[in-house]
Amino acid sequence: MTAFILCFILFLTGFFGILTKRNLIKIAVSLSIMEISIFLFFALIGYVEGGVAPIVDPAVPDQLVVDPLPQALVLTAIVIGLATTAMLMAVIIRLYRKYGTFDIREINNLKG
Amino acid sequence: MEAAVSILIGVMIIGAFYALMAKDLLSSVIACGMVGYSLVICFLLLKAPDLAIVQIVVETITLIIMVAVVLDSSREEKYQKPDKREYIAMAAGAVFLAIMLWFFVGSVQSLDPLGEGSLRMAKYYIEGAAAKTGSANLVTGVLFDFRGYDTLGEAVVLVTAVLGVLTILRLKGKKTGQ
Amino acid sequence: MTLIVKKTTQLMVGMIFMYGIYVVVHGHLTPGGGFAGGMIIAGSLILITLAYGSDFLILMKEETESTLVENLAIIMVILLAAGGFLFGTRIFFNNFLPKGEVGELISAGVIPLYNIFIGAEVAASIFVIFLALIIFKEESSE
Repeated sequence: MTAFILCFILFLTGFFGILTKRNLIKIAVSLSIMEISIFLFFALIGYVEGGVAPIVDPAVPDQLVVDPLPQALVLTAIVIGLATTAMLMAVIIRLYRKYGTFDIREINNLKG
Repeated sequence: MEAAVSILIGVMIIGAFYALMAKDLLSSVIACGMVGYSLVICFLLLKAPDLAIVQIVVETITLIIMVAVVLDSSREEKYQKPDKREYIAMAAGAVFLAIMLWFFVGSVQSLDPLGEGSLRMAKYYIEGAAAKTGSANLVTGVLFDFRGYDTLGEAVVLVTAVLGVLTILRLKGKKTGQ
Repeated sequence: MTLIVKKTTQLMVGMIFMYGIYVVVHGHLTPGGGFAGGMIIAGSLILITLAYGSDFLILMKEETESTLVENLAIIMVILLAAGGFLFGTRIFFNNFLPKGEVGELISAGVIPLYNIFIGAEVAASIFVIFLALIIFKEESSE
């Protein structure tokens, strides 16, 4: 139970960063931290005490394995998270070349 | 097991706090990389080697892209004294987050404690999976045979993201248009 | 880059590439699979681009070829999935090749072919994203 609550506190840290920070790089870092906490939560749910990694050994049948279904979902999500972060970084580079600053309030006021 | 994972998550929370409060942007990005690499050790403790391999390479590539963006600019976050509106926003945000934490603590009591399998469907996936799909790696069998649509969707999302990045970072159109 | 970086890269890049191919092909026996192996192959390509640097025109040509590889790989994935319609029972994504014994290299029907094509597609995608960033930096600093 402690692990679940600590995982949610990590999520809330990232969420606080998105709400209050005004620098674009810090917003991207907070988004990455939020995604990491969600992957950790999924992996925590699928854990079975005394189980081994989900690879079937033909010599030892009927061994207790860890749940493979949340691991498949998280595998997809990690790769999609990378694609999202790459696209966000591309937009940030364009904004910096055009306005010269990372601050979202100044970009709002310039309206170049 | 739960003690080791909890200590690691505590280290990740400290890293995340530092990533938010740092003045230097490069330090902030490196702290984000530290959180990602601690996740790899958490995955290995939770018996998920597949996820550990993917996460370590993805974190390295993310760090390369972020450092390439940050090094090209002035590296400081300009510190202005927050005006009254910002203080109200921060206080309201903190209250909202406290309410979310209280509801979460209330709703997580109904989950089984860490270590006992709380998903019913796992039984149906594990029992005949090696014989039905023929692969010894259960995660690959689930990912490509039982849940093939998710993998197809993910490959299409990757292609779309590449299309988006190529469209955003094009300068040639402006030069030849005049 | 300095001489030490270039020499170390020269020694290591071949082994990283072969390790990536090993992780992709043995995806149904050991942990790994298409996504993990594809990222490792992309990592080796990024390493050699970073260490040696390149002329601007060569990078543009490499980007064109990599997008070609990526699109061909995703078309092959869709064709392989639609092959379930033609052979065997009429289900999309059917596993229609014969499944051997568990634990052999040639087993598990269609899954090794899926691993190879998805590995190629993921490697090409990540490499194209990286090349687009570098070309943008070179182009806008001229």
